[in-house]
Amino acid sequence: MKVLVCISNVPDTTTKITFTNDNTEFNASGVQFIVNPYDEIALSKAIALTEAGKGSITVIHVGEPSADPTIRKALATGADEAVRINAVPHSAWFVANQIAHYAKDKSYDLILLGRESIDYNGSQVAGMLGELLGIPSVSAVKKLDIEGERVVVEREIEGGKELLSLPLPAVLGTSEGVAEPRIPNMRGIMSARTKPLTVVEPIAVEELAHIVRYETPAPRGAITFVDASEPEKLVELLHSKAKVI
Amino acid sequence: MSVLVYVENTEGKFKKTVYELISYAKSIADLYGSQLTALSIGHVADDELKSLGRYGVSKILRVDSEQFKSFVNQAYASVIASAAKHTNANTVVISNSFSGKGLAPRVAAKLGAGLADGAIDLPTIDGNTLSIRKTAFSGKAYAITELTSAIKVIALTPNSYDVKENPTDSSIEDFAPENEEHDFDTIIKEIVRASDKITLPDAEIVVSAGRGLKGPENWGIIEDLAEVLGAATACSKPVSDAGWRPHSEHVGQTGIVISPNLYVAIGISGAIQHLAGVSSSKTIVVINKDPEAPFFKVADYGIVGDAFEVVPKITQAIKAYKG
Ligand SMILES: Cc1cc2nc3c(=O)[nH]c(=O)nc-3n(C[C@H](O)[C@H](O)[C@H](O)COP(=O)(O)OP(=O)(O)OC[C@H]3O[C@@H](n4cnc5c(N)ncnc54)[C@H](O)[C@@H]3O)c2cc1C
Repeated sequence: MKVLVCISNVPDTTTKITFTNDNTEFNASGVQFIVNPYDEIALSKAIALTEAGKGSITVIHVGEPSADPTIRKALATGADEAVRINAVPHSAWFVANQIAHYAKDKSYDLILLGRESIDYNGSQVAGMLGELLGIPSVSAVKKLDIEGERVVVEREIEGGKELLSLPLPAVLGTSEGVAEPRIPNMRGIMSARTKPLTVVEPIAVEELAHIVRYETPAPRGAITFVDASEPEKLVELLHSKAKVI
Repeated sequence: MSVLVYVENTEGKFKKTVYELISYAKSIADLYGSQLTALSIGHVADDELKSLGRYGVSKILRVDSEQFKSFVNQAYASVIASAAKHTNANTVVISNSFSGKGLAPRVAAKLGAGLADGAIDLPTIDGNTLSIRKTAFSGKAYAITELTSAIKVIALTPNSYDVKENPTDSSIEDFAPENEEHDFDTIIKEIVRASDKITLPDAEIVVSAGRGLKGPENWGIIEDLAEVLGAATACSKPVSDAGWRPHSEHVGQTGIVISPNLYVAIGISGAIQHLAGVSSSKTIVVINKDPEAPFFKVADYGIVGDAFEVVPKITQAIKAYKG
């Protein structure tokens, strides 16, 4: 089984998010970057599926050289080789086109990625990739099992779940529950240094959507404390002041 | 030029989020001075379809054949794209629901359209450019996206636009979509729905609990409070990681991002990753025994106390208030 895992390079979850240049750019100064946590789940699943010589894993990232430590981390965790498309990943459409172009003639059996990235929260790349490659996609799966030539997945729906069977190849966005998280061990970290990381130049893509500006949420007003012995006071405030019940 | 809205049914019925979606799409159609067409796929009774007219739909396209009985991502995406072409739509509006998140990018790619996912309010329109706000960095910021393509796809976050009545005469038209060869390769094996439960992304009130509850056996007080409030239940990440509650209840930066009218956080410390997913709630109530818990810094109302004593009392007080 040949698996392609798409990873994005995102600010660590504890990052305080600020912007520069008149709020047009994310302020990356002093920020620690990590493999997107949902992509880590995708990678962990890929490792479980290909373990003991049952296949190979390529990780692909669209981004600048500054993301190489994140890519090496994925190699240390267990991917066999890495590809970086050398461009600023400025929109989901751009990223999806780069990955589709790279993947189209490489006959991957499965393309995995996180259900969303924790920076732009788009959930767009899986569906776009599926469409560009003409194969099925599921944006967020909670379980994933290979059954012969098909993959059986469980996905969440409002108030329940759905069990689906798709032909391979397919593009699947992974969320929690899909795999036990893997972390790099010493051997992995050592071997990551010598695993291949190929840099590929991007193709031209027509721009359809782009982010022009950011805003930070307005701070909340001061808190009102209610004594633990007067719960009816809280109910009164929620009713007449906050007007939520 | 027109606006097309895809209305998702749940076992033949439309939920409130669909009426929000139509109200939103109608406001966009008004900005353009154009008509609103709704597309329904799967079996929905005529009366239910007609209910869409109350919120400003002029025409309803219906695709109701055996093939489309249940949701198949690729097939439905083809139907939506084909309806967009049929109605000469310049804007397609889809819910950012679980299914919508799978559909919107495929529809956008088929139409060569720019996609604004997770929109939270109305766009501004300037010539051919449409600007729209979405939450980014898991609720820590907003991003304004500009769409410059001829056709645009917008996916609206549930619970972010109010239902507005707008009675309109609407007609139903059967529509024969164009599908592609591999559209039906995916097979739906089973659908399980817990029908009586209020679901987290749609919920107006959410009662959430964390590690402070000590163990899964103590969730009774949380469920009781949720029940009297008509609320959905949620939890912090360590709680679902430990298997005390299902992953589908996990809110936060790596869980579901929600924006209910009221979020009640019980025994949750308020870590930055948790706050990211809930900070756009309109009102936040925090119950924690530690007066120094960070969550109090971002709450509107707080009670310092032991959840096991305070929560049942609040449940009683709400029961008394509701009579
Ligand atoms: C990459 C990454 C992603 C993450 N994503 C998320 C996420 O999406 N969502 C999320 O929630 N977390 C996330 N976390 C975890 C997060 O950092 C916190 O560890 C987590 O939110 C803490 O959960 P908690 O508040 O339930 O538990 P704790 O931090 O242990 O807090 C328990 C609280 O309960 C209070 N308490 C104890 N007993 C009582 C009582 N009897 N009555 C009242 N109060 C009581 C305590 O005072 C304390 O404030 C993430 C972490 C990482 C590293």
